[in-house]
Parts: sequence; structure tokens; C-alpha cells
Amino acid sequence: MSRKFRNPLTRLVVVTGAVLALGSLAACGGGSSSGSDEGTVAGTQADLDAALTKGGEITYWSWTPSAKDQVDAFQKAYPKVKVKLVNAGTNTDQYTKLTNAINAGSGAPDVAQIEYYAVPQYALSDSLLDLNTYGMNELESSYTASTWGSVSVDGKLYGLPQDSGPMAMFYNKKVFTEAGVTKAPTTWDEYIDAAKKIHAKNPKNYITADSGDGGFTSSMIWQAGGHPFNVDGNTLNVNFDDEGTKKFTTMWNQLHTAGLLSDTPGWTDEWFRGLTDGSIASLITGAWMPGNLEANAAGASGDWAVAPIPTYDGATAVTAENGGSAQSVIKQSKNPALAAAFVRWLNHDPASIEIFLKSGGFPSTTAELGDPAFTDTKSKYFGGQEVNKVLAAAASTVAPNWNYLPIQAYAFTIFGDTAGKESYTKNGDINAGLAKWKAAIDTYAKQQGFTVK
Amino acid sequence: MVAFLAYTVLPLVWLVINASKTQADLFDSFGLWFSDSFALFTNIGDTLSYNDGIFVRWILNTLLYVVVGAGGATLLSALAGYGLAKFRFPGRSAVFAIVLGAVAVPGTALAVPTFLMFSKMDLTNTPWAVIIPSLISPFGLYLMWTYAVEAVPNEILEAARVDGAGELRTFFTISIRLLAPGIVTVLLFTTVATWNNYFLPLIMLSDPDWYPLTVGLNQWNAQAQSAGSQPIFNLVLTGSLLSIIPIVAAFLVLQRQWQSGLSAGSVKA
Repeated sequence: MSRKFRNPLTRLVVVTGAVLALGSLAACGGGSSSGSDEGTVAGTQADLDAALTKGGEITYWSWTPSAKDQVDAFQKAYPKVKVKLVNAGTNTDQYTKLTNAINAGSGAPDVAQIEYYAVPQYALSDSLLDLNTYGMNELESSYTASTWGSVSVDGKLYGLPQDSGPMAMFYNKKVFTEAGVTKAPTTWDEYIDAAKKIHAKNPKNYITADSGDGGFTSSMIWQAGGHPFNVDGNTLNVNFDDEGTKKFTTMWNQLHTAGLLSDTPGWTDEWFRGLTDGSIASLITGAWMPGNLEANAAGASGDWAVAPIPTYDGATAVTAENGGSAQSVIKQSKNPALAAAFVRWLNHDPASIEIFLKSGGFPSTTAELGDPAFTDTKSKYFGGQEVNKVLAAAASTVAPNWNYLPIQAYAFTIFGDTAGKESYTKNGDINAGLAKWKAAIDTYAKQQGFTVK
Repeated sequence: MVAFLAYTVLPLVWLVINASKTQADLFDSFGLWFSDSFALFTNIGDTLSYNDGIFVRWILNTLLYVVVGAGGATLLSALAGYGLAKFRFPGRSAVFAIVLGAVAVPGTALAVPTFLMFSKMDLTNTPWAVIIPSLISPFGLYLMWTYAVEAVPNEILEAARVDGAGELRTFFTISIRLLAPGIVTVLLFTTVATWNNYFLPLIMLSDPDWYPLTVGLNQWNAQAQSAGSQPIFNLVLTGSLLSIIPIVAAFLVLQRQWQSGLSAGSVKA
């Protein structure tokens, strides 16, 4: 459930939050030995069952729409446990508070929702409980490899995956057909071709909008096989010159520099209007998108369809993740066993996952992704298409071994001011923008005490 | 002038128009004119009842912060400004320097140190975390100070003292009336500042039950944009409209006082 907000107010908060977050990182790296009593918690999953029977009270921070129903169901199943659910804000708003509380040494919840891109940041500052100390590594086979990889850092398990966002192509079939594109593009070449046709048919229509979004760009580089973010202990290496990145920029530049992309910023009302009236004719985005389209582009019901993300060679299906979050136990928790038991129930128990799916979430668990009851559901909004079939297939073709930086949250907030200014506002070469972005990330990483290669 | 009008009035017009639309019409119809559905009253009802009526709770929170915070800040500014203007005591010029310096420090910059301090005192996530910092208004103090120098003639104070009135009595019976336009001005400024305060409550409070309107509305806005959730942009807009009404009302009521306050002291007596 990761969205990049583009309004100035949220941006201020985002930047400030990231700055706070990272300030605290440096602080933790230096003096505070918050991990000193680590290791005293060691046990097995049986300890978690015992904690559930014994009961107690925990606090859970989440903005997931299904959280309330999940907590209610949990308390019904374990009447001795009381879960205080708090919506402390959405993504960066919550991270600001979380980081502050961790920094201050009190006030953090027992369990918090954390997006995959932000997990390394909290893992590095030693703020999260390693769930392997309760034997949770046994659960690995229940989750898709990409989401499991997102919560595992250096052999430690910093949460259990909730949703996932394998990327697919959502497209307005009506606009495509009217422009003479009768078959969903399967390669990026075909996609570029479709972009030209759509814009030529009606100059107001664009194949998609990209006003410069770090999260989207990273995911696209991921799909192209790039590995720009390399982390080795305290050493960071940001490299936008590898083959995968170049593959993406060469392809996307053909759309971008030719003015074939709408510059409407994402998640604005203008953007939703574009999705409704067809002037933004497709979206390359995470599998969590259907609910948002149904809710915010209701006027276009029946026009949209889903297809696998186009590839470079048209032969092997490969995609990347975009968005998604996990639930982690914060080290500050006074009852870590109970908190861990709650996380296990929340993201592993079928009863909880059923509630999550009903709310429109896209699962990270292999059982649900392979369940015909899930994949065969026909969507009215998508003209009766079995969209989950396409999206579940995408979940199994995510390119492996992707990394985010431990300062990724900050990196995303400065994308607009670096790559955005350099490339997106003047339809310039994206490589130039990425170079600017790298320079800014490097400078910041050095200030935070990382070794930059 | 036209540009200025467009810049200030258009967003308001847009807000009023769009608060009358349903969620679906928001993205389907032209932004600067009404759509077929006139849903303003439904929207108001929904805004007040959504999520167990938490919006009403946010209004009450905001009122509490304004009454105690802005009211307290105004009282403290009046007392301190008056004291600094009318009494000679050691360290007065140091206070002057500190207050002038404090005017220049934006509240946002102090938010994080304040948070850490309050966290040590176990005051975060309580209304005090919002109220106590807003009690301090260097700008209000400075304004009251300069205003009191002109507005309260020393002769009146001397006459009161001769008549045997104590300093507190003099302040509350005589000076405060002379200071009224200044106090109203400061009250307006601190009210607006507290009403619009966003960043401080954002980082201080994690429990939505204590949110002021600003933080609460932003949470609704963000919530509408996350996967699988029910979008409530119509409620965000209606809520925004409702939340500016009290501040507009405050301005209209206090405007007369405020205008006379602005011109006071500008002409040689």
C-alpha cells in the first residue's frame, strides 16, 4: 500500500520525516546500545502460543483498511488479548512518529505496519525484533519469494509480509481499441507503438502519466534487471550505469523525450479524472490497483482490463514489485512474544487473510495466490475479466535479488528535486536525472556516516 | 487585482462547489461548476457521522486547543508585554533580545526537540503536548509590549498607585481595557496559528482521538489514497469547508476591534 504523495504539504512532512528518521539512524549507529538486551528473547513458536493463552495488551499501528476487522476477529479468537488499534497516519506520517518514539525510547507501538522499502531503514537502526528468535523462519514457504526477501535482512526476519504489489499493466481497453491497438502490448516496443497511436488519435490522450516518481522508476529498473542499490554492511553503492538501468532508460526515454507521457502527478484529482475520462490510458503499477480504480475511476467501469507487464524480449515473463507492506514487532515492545504471536496470526492465519482479501488487498501468501476461489473471481469493473489470475501469475515472476537502500525513504523524497527537475520538467534524458539523483543520495549517505563507493 | 482575487477567491469557490458533490461526481464532472447531484447536506451528515463521528471529536479537540492554547497565550502575552513595557527591572534588555530572537525561530524547527523533551516528561500523545507549546507566543508578547508602551499612559498608572490600587488590580481594572484592541489582535493571531497548527500535533499525537482538525483531515485524505480503502475525498472537502467556518466567523466578529487596534498608536496624540 505504498503511494508516493505529491502535494507540497505531505512532501514537507515526508522530507522532514525522512530527515528525522535518518538522523536517528546515525544516532543509533553511534552510541545507544539499544540492542544490549537482545538475545535474551529466544524461543520457539510454542512460546507464541503460550503468550496467546496467557493474554495481555498490545498496541498496533496500521492504516490498512482491513485492520479494524482483523483486530476484532483476533480478539474474538483470543479473548484474553487486547489489541489497541491506532491509525497513526499513512506511510511517512506514521514513520515520522515511529522514528521519534523509537528515538525517544518510549511511546512506540508493539506492532507497526511498515512498507517494504522502509524495512531496511528500521532494520539497520536495530529497531525491529528479529522474528527468527521465535522460530518464524519455518513460515518461509507460505510466502512469495519476493515478499519474504523484502522482510529478510542479513538472515534476520524483520516482520511478516502482508500484501504484495507485483506490477502488471492496467489499461483502458476502450481507448486502446479506438486508437487501433486491438491486442494488449506484450513487449515494450509494442507499448511505445501503442503510445504513439493513442496520442496521434487524440492529442489529449496519453498512454500513461509519469511526472517523475522514484518508486515507479526504481520498480521499472527492477523489472529491466537492474541492480542500482547495493548495500554491503555500512557501504552503499548506487549505480545507475548497469545494464538493466540502461535498458529501462533507453526504452522509457523514447516515450519521455518524445512527449508521449502525460505529466499529471499521481494521486491528484486531476490524475483520477484522467483515469476516468481515458486521457491516461494505462498504468504500470502494483496488483493493489483494482480497488483504487473501482473507487476513484468508477465512471470508467467496464473500460479497463489487466494484462501482464510488457517485457523487453517478449519471451520470458518478468515483473517487479511496487508497494506493499509488512507488520513488524518494535523492539521497544514490553511483551514481544505476544506481539510476535499477533503478527503471526495477522499475516499467516487464514481467518485474518480472508478478511484482508475481502477488503480488496492483494495477498503475499502462496496458498491464496494459488487458490481458485481467489484467482477465478470475475471482476465486474474489469468487464468480467478474472483479474486475479493475471495478477497472481505476476506474483510468481518477480525478478529476484532486489535491494533497497537503508536510506530509501529519503532517496524517494528527493527524486523530484533531482531527477524530476533535471529530466522530467524539461523532457530531458532520464540518465541525466538519475545521475543527479545518485549525486544527492551519495552526499546524504556520507553525511549519515555510510561509506559510499 | 484580478489575479489577486482569482488567487484568493478561486480556491474557496472551488471548495464550496466541490463540497456539494458526491465522491463519483468529483472525478466525473467539471471542477468549477456544480454537478447534477447536490449532495452538500448528505456530505455534511456523512462527515459528522463517519467513523463514529470522529470529526466532531476533532472539532472539539481543536476548540480545546484554541481556547486553552490561544487564550492562554494571549493572556500570558498581555501580562508579560505589559510588565516589560511598564516596569524597569534588571535583565530587561536580555529578555528583549531573547524575545526578538525567538520571533525569528519557526515553530517547525523546534518541534523535534520539543517532542524529545515532552517524551521524557511522558506528555506526548496527550492534549498537553499541543497546548503547552502553543501557550508561548514570542510574537504576541512583542506586539503587546510595543502596544502597551503607547496605549497605557504612565500618568494613569501613577494616579492609580496614588489612589492605593495594587499592581494586579490596576492591570485587571484599568490597563486591560486600554489594551483591549491589542489583546484582540494577538488573540486573532494566536487563534489562527493554533487552529492551523499542523506539524506539532502531527508528531506529538499518535492517537486519532486527540487529533485537531488539520491532522485529522489530512489523515482522511491520505487514507482515501491507499489500496482497497474507501475513498472519502467528498468528506475531506466537506470537512475542510466546515473547518474554515469558525475561523471566518471569528474574523468577522473581531474585525472591528482589530481594525481600531491596527491604527492605534500610529498617529501622534
